[in-house]
Order: sequence, then structure tokens, then C-alpha cells
Amino acid sequence: MIVSDKANENTPTRFSSYGWLVVPLLLLGLAIAWIIMADPLRGLNTSAPPVENLTYERTVLDEAGLHLLVRAGGSEPMLIAQVQVDDAYWQFTQRPQGPIARGSSAWIDIPFPWMLGEAHFVVAVTNTGATFDHEIPVALPTPKATWDQLVPQALVGIIVGILPVVLGMLCYPALRNAGQNVMNFLLALTIGLLAFLFVDTILEALEFSGESAALFQGPVMVILAATLSFLGLVAIGRRSGAPSGLALSTFIAIGIGMHNLGEGLAIGAAYAAGAAGLGSFLVIGFAVHNVTEGIGIVAPVLKLRPSIASLAGLALIAGGPAIFGMWLGSLAYASHWSALALGIGAGAILQVIIEVGAYLKRQTATEGQALLSTSVISGFLAGVAFMYVTAAFVKI
Amino acid sequence: MSEQTTTGANMRNWVQGKMSRRNLLWSGVAAAVGTDICTSTTVGTATAQETHSGHMTGSGGEATSSTAGHGAMTTVGQVDHARNGFDPAGMLTDWYTGETSLLPGARTLRTFEISAEDKEIEIAPGVMFPAWTYNGRVPGPAIRAKEGERLRIIFSNNGSHPHSMHFHGIHSARMDGVPGAGLIGPGEEFVYEFDAKPFGCHLYHCHALPLRRHMHKGMYGLFVIDPDPALHLEHEAAARSRLLGSPENAQWQELAMVMNALDTNFDNGNEFYAVNTIAHAYANNPIKIRRDKPVRIYLLNVTEFDPINSFHLHANFFDYFDQGTNLTPTLKTVDLIMQCQAQRGIIEFSFKDHEPGMYMFHAHQSEFTELGWMGMFDVGDA
Repeated sequence: MIVSDKANENTPTRFSSYGWLVVPLLLLGLAIAWIIMADPLRGLNTSAPPVENLTYERTVLDEAGLHLLVRAGGSEPMLIAQVQVDDAYWQFTQRPQGPIARGSSAWIDIPFPWMLGEAHFVVAVTNTGATFDHEIPVALPTPKATWDQLVPQALVGIIVGILPVVLGMLCYPALRNAGQNVMNFLLALTIGLLAFLFVDTILEALEFSGESAALFQGPVMVILAATLSFLGLVAIGRRSGAPSGLALSTFIAIGIGMHNLGEGLAIGAAYAAGAAGLGSFLVIGFAVHNVTEGIGIVAPVLKLRPSIASLAGLALIAGGPAIFGMWLGSLAYASHWSALALGIGAGAILQVIIEVGAYLKRQTATEGQALLSTSVISGFLAGVAFMYVTAAFVKI
Repeated sequence: MSEQTTTGANMRNWVQGKMSRRNLLWSGVAAAVGTDICTSTTVGTATAQETHSGHMTGSGGEATSSTAGHGAMTTVGQVDHARNGFDPAGMLTDWYTGETSLLPGARTLRTFEISAEDKEIEIAPGVMFPAWTYNGRVPGPAIRAKEGERLRIIFSNNGSHPHSMHFHGIHSARMDGVPGAGLIGPGEEFVYEFDAKPFGCHLYHCHALPLRRHMHKGMYGLFVIDPDPALHLEHEAAARSRLLGSPENAQWQELAMVMNALDTNFDNGNEFYAVNTIAHAYANNPIKIRRDKPVRIYLLNVTEFDPINSFHLHANFFDYFDQGTNLTPTLKTVDLIMQCQAQRGIIEFSFKDHEPGMYMFHAHQSEFTELGWMGMFDVGDA
């Protein structure tokens, strides 16, 4: 009774103390209104032209010409007055018409007879005479979401994503009777390759973010997305204790899947942008690069005899996203979306690194071994080194 | 592929990098996934090209007959000439002849009033430019006088920077319009006075420093001195035809054309090229030419950043009088002349024996043409 009395006394007090929050909010509103209406900053106002910024987010080439999605990031709405292609003014239409407000985007359609395989250079001239340019390094028709396109792209995704994972998993029967040292080596190898993928994914995400409009604050967005996905996955994974066995394998598959999504995005975007001279050499390079991913996924379940169905599911989770990445990337979506996806992926990979590390620590503790044994250190180094060396095949 | 792997950037650079097309192996993805992609892209592009060649033959919506020649390749929209306060159509024949009075000895004194003003002008549809102007227009007024007259130019600087008028003519050092000789600050006034000589097609421009910026912001204009026929008896007929106001001159169609360009983003490269400032003005509104009258163009090049400009006439040839200081042509029967910066001259031709129609004229640097320096003569009988 006494406790509840106290609670009753506190409730109105607490409510009124939160009520004070209204005061700063109100004052903020008043300050904004005052700044807008009284314009106390006009003394700082020179006759300088407004700050203008225009980001090209998508480039689509088709039978009707060039289509460019631009996003305005100026201090005032921007007006595109004229458009040049290759140092010549061309008629164009804008959808929607009129000034483009800060943060808004619009399509610029230019009936330009682009030349297959050649480079073109687009310049938008605004009403103030400022120019914003965009290079199309190699003009190719933008892939469309038709079966003709989707099926072969999915095939590339399978070769790059699913095939190597499956190949790695096929080591399962051979490794099933491995001793503890080999187990530790394999787990450390997994951590090593994940560490490589984490760094690679973060750098990739930051590079995409560099191409996106300033108002998305790309790098901050990437770090935030990575942190949130990391914390979210840790929270989910640890609902019933630290994950091990099939659960741990699943998380590894998710993390690797997110990275393969990124690889698919990059390949697809390169294909759409005309850099599609990928060649079978490159595709094979990706496949080799990703083979260890399969070994990593099965490492925690080596002693558990999982069903074929579970193994197939793991392979799909880890490799399937490469197909979606390929599709999305080739349709030339704006780069802030890619940056966001890869940021989430980096967080997922970090979570797996932590969980596999924790699992390895528990294993070694059970065996009474030191965490940093020779097999663990050599496994980690082997993982990183393998990824680094095979990455040389796919870096252009 | 070996070329690609040695370029040493990373994966994203496939998208970003300035790739040489030679480096690309088209067999690329297709080799890995079958030939479907290659086949379909090739077909897709073939249709694209066909569609566009359809565009090139004209009839694109608002496009007038005059723009049929270059289809969709033009600026979009119309310039508000009324807001600018000058119209390229009117500028062609708008000569500023000043006020005349008689000096002792029956000599003519011709007085001009010119004011430097800052002015925001629309130099292509929808594109504003913070110009510096003489009398509110770019190019400045086309000053015209007669050989031997006394000229008095009352120049007031109502702009925000020091300015001057530097005449290409014969005058004393005090009248040269350079720093220390007629270069005046905002709010000041200066009177240039000299004799009109030599006859020809000349120019004036601001000689304040930095010269390039003062030039390209719009401070220039034609300065034409007509020959006095009494002083050129050996070519009297030619001199009379040049003399504004004479019956012989009235038989000609005279046009004032200043080839200029504008750097709207101040990167020392021009975004727009034109004759008389407004990109594509004479393509959108062709210049009416009567077949029965010969044409004389007073042509001046004041393009900054690009060392030369040129004039090419379609389907016809002309005589060219470099700087206009002779009454016999410097070049006979040419269809293209070049002018370096501040070079100028007189072009004479006739469409007498041509069938009526649209005859194009433009710089023969394709880049200048396609960035606005292109026009049309609408040749007919009316």
C-alpha cells in the first residue's frame, strides 16, 4: 500500500516535469517563426547567387534517348534552363516540370541519338548559368526487367553467389571427422574471411555513398545502418543464448548473403554502366573468391549432421542475394540505396564475426586450450590471405 | 582483359572510371552467360538510332521550319527580349548615329552618350547572366559616323566597377581609354574626342583590367566609320554605297553582327555562343532578306577564351573586306572567313539568282554552332 501511494504521488509530478518539455519546443518554434518573418540575418545577405547542387542518380538509355534522374540539393529550388549533350544544346523535357525543390528529384528526357559503345557527356545549365555535368562512359541500352535480361543475369548471380558456397559446403563430408585443431582452424578461417568481407563491404558502401546526393550524408548513413543492423542482429541472435550450431551457421549465411548482395549490385551496376566487359574470367574469379564462404558456413555444424535441406537453405541464404543484387544493380538504381544495403550488410558481417569468435572462445575453453593457439592464428591469417589473393582476380 | 587488370583501380571503378572503349571486351558477360544479352542489346540500339534519325528530319512539336535543319538539337524555349530591353532582330539594323552639330569651318561634330551599367540579362532561354553593358545592351550600341567627322563620346560610368571605352581608331594617347587615360570609376564621367578615321568596320571595348573579364561580361560594340566618297574618287561608287543615308546605300540591306560568347559559370570556357548575344536567336526568328537587294554584314568577333571564330554562309559565296579599311575586297568569292579576337570586317553578297528559301549561316567550328551560334536567312521577294 505504501509503495502504491508513493507511485500515485509521483505520477502527477512526473507528468508535469515532462510537461516542461513543451517549453523548449515552443521556444524553438517561436525562434524559427521569428527568423523567417523578421529576417534578422538579412545583414549577412549578399547578392550572391544561391548555392546550387545537382546529383545525377540514374541514367537510362533507351530507344527514346537519354533519361537522367537528377536530385536537387541547392539552397533554393533549382531551375534547369538548358541541357547540352557533347557540347551541343538539345531539346529536353523534364518530369515533373518547373523548379526542383531541395531534396526533390526529376527526370530529364533528352531525345538524343546516342551512339552504341561510345562516350557521351551531359551538362545541365541552370537559370543562373551554373553547370552540372555527368559522364556516360560507355553508352549501352539500359537493361530492362525482361526475362531476356533477368535470366542470364540470374545465371551470373548463381555462378558468383550460390555455386562457390555449394562447392565449399561439399568439403563437409571430408571435414566431418576433423579433430579439434582442424575445427579451430576452420572457425578462425571463417573469421578471417569475414573480416576481409567486412572491410571490403564498408569501403564499397562508402564509395557508393560518395556518389549519392549530399543531403543523404552518405558516410554517416552507412555507419548508422551498419551499427543498427549489427545491434539488431546481436539482439535477435542472443534471444536464447549465444548462437551455436545451425543457428550460428544461419547467421554466417545471412552475413555472407548481405555481402554477396553487394557484389551482385556492383556487377549489375557495372554491367548497366557499360563496363560489362566482365568476361568469363572475372565471373570465374568471383566464384573462386567466394569458395571459402561455403566452408565457413558449415564449420559450426560439422559435428551435427544437418539435413541436406538445411544445407541447401543455407546455400540459398548465402548465395541467392547475389542474384537480386545483379538485378537491382543493372536497373541502375540510385547509389544511396546501394550504400544503405551495403551498410546493413557490413553490420550483419560484424555480428557474425563476433558470434563465431564467441563460439570459438567457448570451444577452446571447453577443451582447455588457449584462444590464440597456432591453429586459430594460422586459420585467421589463411582466411584473410586467401580472400586478399583471390580478390586480385576480380579487382579492376 | 589484361589491359583492364593492369589499370589497378577497384571494382566500383568499372562504373565510375573513364574507360577507354577499346579496353572493353564485348564478349564479356555474354561469354559467361550465353549470347542472349549481346543479341538483344544490339537490336535495341538499332531501333534507337532509327527513331532518332526520324527526329533529325524535324517536325518536333514547337520546332519551326527554321529549326528543321537541326531537329532536336537546339535550346529550349524563348528569351524575353522585352525584359532584356534589346531584341536581336532590331539590333541588326539599329545604328547609333548620335546628335550632329556644325563646328566652325562647316565641319560636323557628332556627339554620342554612352553609359556603363550592370544588368542581369537573359542570354539564352531561361539562363540569366550578370552582364556589364553599354547603354543596357550586349553588344553595346553600334556606333556609326562618317570619315573626317569630329566625334565626341560622353561616357558615364553607372556600373559597380571602373570602366572605359577604348576605340580601335586613330586618336591621341589621352583618348585611348586605358588606365590613366579615360578609365573612370563608378559615378564618374569622361568625354572622348577625336576624328573619325580611318574609315572601316571597327570596334570599341572596355579596357579596364582584368581585360578578359571586362570583355566577356559584355563591354564591346561595333564602331563603323563610313568612307567619305569625296576622298575616294577612284572607288567613289563603292564609297557611296557604304555611306549611311546615301541613296546608293539605301539599295543595300546592312546588318550589324557581333560574334560573342558567354561563360555563365565563370570557368574560362563558354557555355553559349551567338551572334548578338542571344543563342539561336536568328535560328528561331530567321532574318528576312530580299532577293533583289545585296547584303552587307558588318561582322565583329569579340569571343573570349576561344582564339578564333568564323563565319560561313550556306549555298552562296561572298566578298570580304578585312577591317573594312579598303574599298576593294581582301578576299573575293569565299564562303568562309576566320576572325581572331577583335578582328572584324565587311561581308558582301547577294541572293539575287537564288530561289527563295531558308539559307543557313553559322560559325564553322561545329562546337560553336551547336552551342548557339547558328542562324537563318529567310530569302524571299517581299
